[in-house]
Amino acid sequence: MQAAPSTRRKLTDRTALVVMALCIILSAVPLVSILIEVIVKGLHAIHGLSFFTQPPPGDPTSKGGGVANSIIGTVLMVLIASVVFIPLGILGAVYLAEFAPGTRLSRTVRFFAEVMTGIPSILFGVFAYGIVVVYMHHYSALAGALALGMIMWPIVLRTSEEMLLLVPPGIREASLALGTPKWKTVLKVVLPSASAGITTGAMLAVSRAAGETAPLLFTALDWQFISYKVTQPISSLPVAIFNGATSAYDPQVARAWGAALTLIAFVLILTLAARYVTNRRSAT
Amino acid sequence: MASSFEISGLSAWYGSRLAIEDMSLSVEPNQVTALIGPSGCGKSTFIRCLNRLHELIPGARAEGKVMLDGENIYDDAMDPVAVRRAVGMVFQRPNPFPTMSIQENVVAGFRLNGRKSRKELEEITQAALTGAGLWDEVKDRLSSPAIGLSGGQQQRLCIARATAVEPEILLMDEPCSALDPVATLKIEDLIMELRESYTIVLVTHNMQQAARVADRTAFLLSENTGDPGRIIEVGPTKKIFTQPEDKRTEGYITGRFG
Amino acid sequence: MIGALLLLLMLGLMIVRLGQLSAPIWKAKGIGWVFGSTWAPANGIFGALPFILGTLVTSAIALLIATPLGVGTALFISELAPPKLRRPVGGVIDLLAAVPSVIYGLWGIYVLLPILLPLERGLAGSLGKVFPIFAGPIGGNGSGFFAAGVVLAVMILPTISAVSREVLLTIPRDVREASYALGATRWEVIRMGVLPPARAGIIGALILGLGRALGETVAVLMLIGDVPAVNHSIFASGYSMASVIANEFSEAIEHLHVQALVGIGLVLFLVTVVIDIGARLLVRKTGGFA
Repeated sequence: MQAAPSTRRKLTDRTALVVMALCIILSAVPLVSILIEVIVKGLHAIHGLSFFTQPPPGDPTSKGGGVANSIIGTVLMVLIASVVFIPLGILGAVYLAEFAPGTRLSRTVRFFAEVMTGIPSILFGVFAYGIVVVYMHHYSALAGALALGMIMWPIVLRTSEEMLLLVPPGIREASLALGTPKWKTVLKVVLPSASAGITTGAMLAVSRAAGETAPLLFTALDWQFISYKVTQPISSLPVAIFNGATSAYDPQVARAWGAALTLIAFVLILTLAARYVTNRRSAT
Repeated sequence: MASSFEISGLSAWYGSRLAIEDMSLSVEPNQVTALIGPSGCGKSTFIRCLNRLHELIPGARAEGKVMLDGENIYDDAMDPVAVRRAVGMVFQRPNPFPTMSIQENVVAGFRLNGRKSRKELEEITQAALTGAGLWDEVKDRLSSPAIGLSGGQQQRLCIARATAVEPEILLMDEPCSALDPVATLKIEDLIMELRESYTIVLVTHNMQQAARVADRTAFLLSENTGDPGRIIEVGPTKKIFTQPEDKRTEGYITGRFG
Repeated sequence: MIGALLLLLMLGLMIVRLGQLSAPIWKAKGIGWVFGSTWAPANGIFGALPFILGTLVTSAIALLIATPLGVGTALFISELAPPKLRRPVGGVIDLLAAVPSVIYGLWGIYVLLPILLPLERGLAGSLGKVFPIFAGPIGGNGSGFFAAGVVLAVMILPTISAVSREVLLTIPRDVREASYALGATRWEVIRMGVLPPARAGIIGALILGLGRALGETVAVLMLIGDVPAVNHSIFASGYSMASVIANEFSEAIEHLHVQALVGIGLVLFLVTVVIDIGARLLVRKTGGFA
């Protein structure tokens, strides 16, 4: 029989395999590092429940206090953005998937929605600035919510449309054959069937919006105190982290780590939950 | 260039499922040995064990003795890569490398090892394509993309690619099932010619093809669903088709099942 | 129906508004100001070259680092890992994409910079004497193009890896089997059978990663040094398009300043959209996405 492959080939093969394995390990290192650092430093900074219930102290050099203002700000803005833009996204997806599937319109909208997810988020901030802040003459949570909503919108639209298209046509036909009007079919049959997927899409959008910093820097700006006013500037977790990270005062930096832990916990829980739901669905 | 296979006690698994059991077969040099049987009887699994392709499926393994000119290809010291170089294969669906030209496809095996000069490669290309009955049709467009050829031409290209590296045995796993009848006949003629230079093992679901082309035929069967496949009967093709010894063989030949 | 069209409308509105807000500066100074190399808002001088350069340099560094890592992990997952491991391992890498960019910045400042600083000093001291691109001095804590580029690399890695994985999965089993049957080793199968047909799609993945890198704001802002100057060394401090907008927008008082920033935003918008569309078309060609 012919000779076995040369040592050179075997060596190349072995080396290539090792290199590829190294790539994976190297890629995982930053993730592990980030998680460890955030958990360690964050836990160190969270000295009790008051971290979540109190705003930062007036004096930046003093310890204690918390990020309640930021948590409330993030929750408020994400909530407003979700209430407006998630339904909008789902409605748009319903139209595209149920009333105009496969048409040029649906392909165009889907394409641009995808492109929109690639637009740097800061530009949505500029847009929100130009639409809200300019006319209100001051920064506000509303402007921040608009920027976040614009970021969430294409995500919700795209994933909802995908999920709706996955619903087997048989279900629709069965319902229509029973004499149910189209809109009712969609509402009572199709949407519930796709609800798991649509929910995960919404969860991912929320998770993304909660973590955005840049668009908030000149729409919602920042606010040191706890506030629920939507027409005024407001704090947010990402902005708190940003300001704290670049601060010269240790307690502020520490609070930033605590805020980071809070934020990353929220984001990771949402992301993993969304993935869990997706995996369960594809397993059935 | 034409060797023999002596297979004894070959069994193969997909995970924990036994797919073929204790198969034994003699493959004579310069002959076409056909494997026939109903779907699910393990013909493809069996032939893929002959070039150690089967074990590439995750969780799959094979055990037994497959002696290629006296050496067991399943010996621990044997490198599967070397085995596959020595045992060529043509697949059910033509699979030329899509980004390569016709010429590049033919000499693809040499890109792996064997430094050959350009002149040598050109000679090899011509010889292989001629041997595959494709030279006249493509000699003017050797650098055009291989996927531009028709299905039948692509399959002949794959045959040229496999023979270019001068393997000792050529395995063919239902090579005509994706082709039209005209292309099929061309390949069958080709197989008869290739027999002069190579030992061929042919899997086919088409009995008439086996009858036309093969010197010896083996009938495989998995009796009940879930059973592993076994070799029921082997013999000269004429005998298998006219005077089968086993009732099950007779049943398959006469179309009572499969 | 309105829901669907509204998206296109808003997108259009966005372009229009960006144009409107920056219109005066385009009128006053034409297009040329974008390439000016001095940015001194206090003196009314607006040149965007430092930012364009900063964006390009950091993105280039990011691509250089993330491409081998991302494609390598994609290859490992799709070709070498046992199928059961594929989803979990891919999932871990993809988690990198969920981490908010500001946390990358935070980690970058306090964990990465201390590690990079000695590396930068070492490189500047050795290679830097021969190649000006690596020259010192290393300012302060090591922030600069290089540091920002490294963090960017980690951030675009999951994009490159995930899209490459998708592309590799669409390569049918056929070509792998053909390679194995000719007696190829595992690496040779990848090199000969898998990578050539996947090349266009992987390039698309790289371009998508590039698009993300171009637009990344906060992490870059925290690590690049915020100095609007053109420099020849990757260890120097600099600035990027997205970062300068983030940093100066809320404090810009002069109309011209604001307009200039929005103008930069418009350029960024156009560049990222064009690159993004190009990338998606490329990936679509190899059958990735849908």
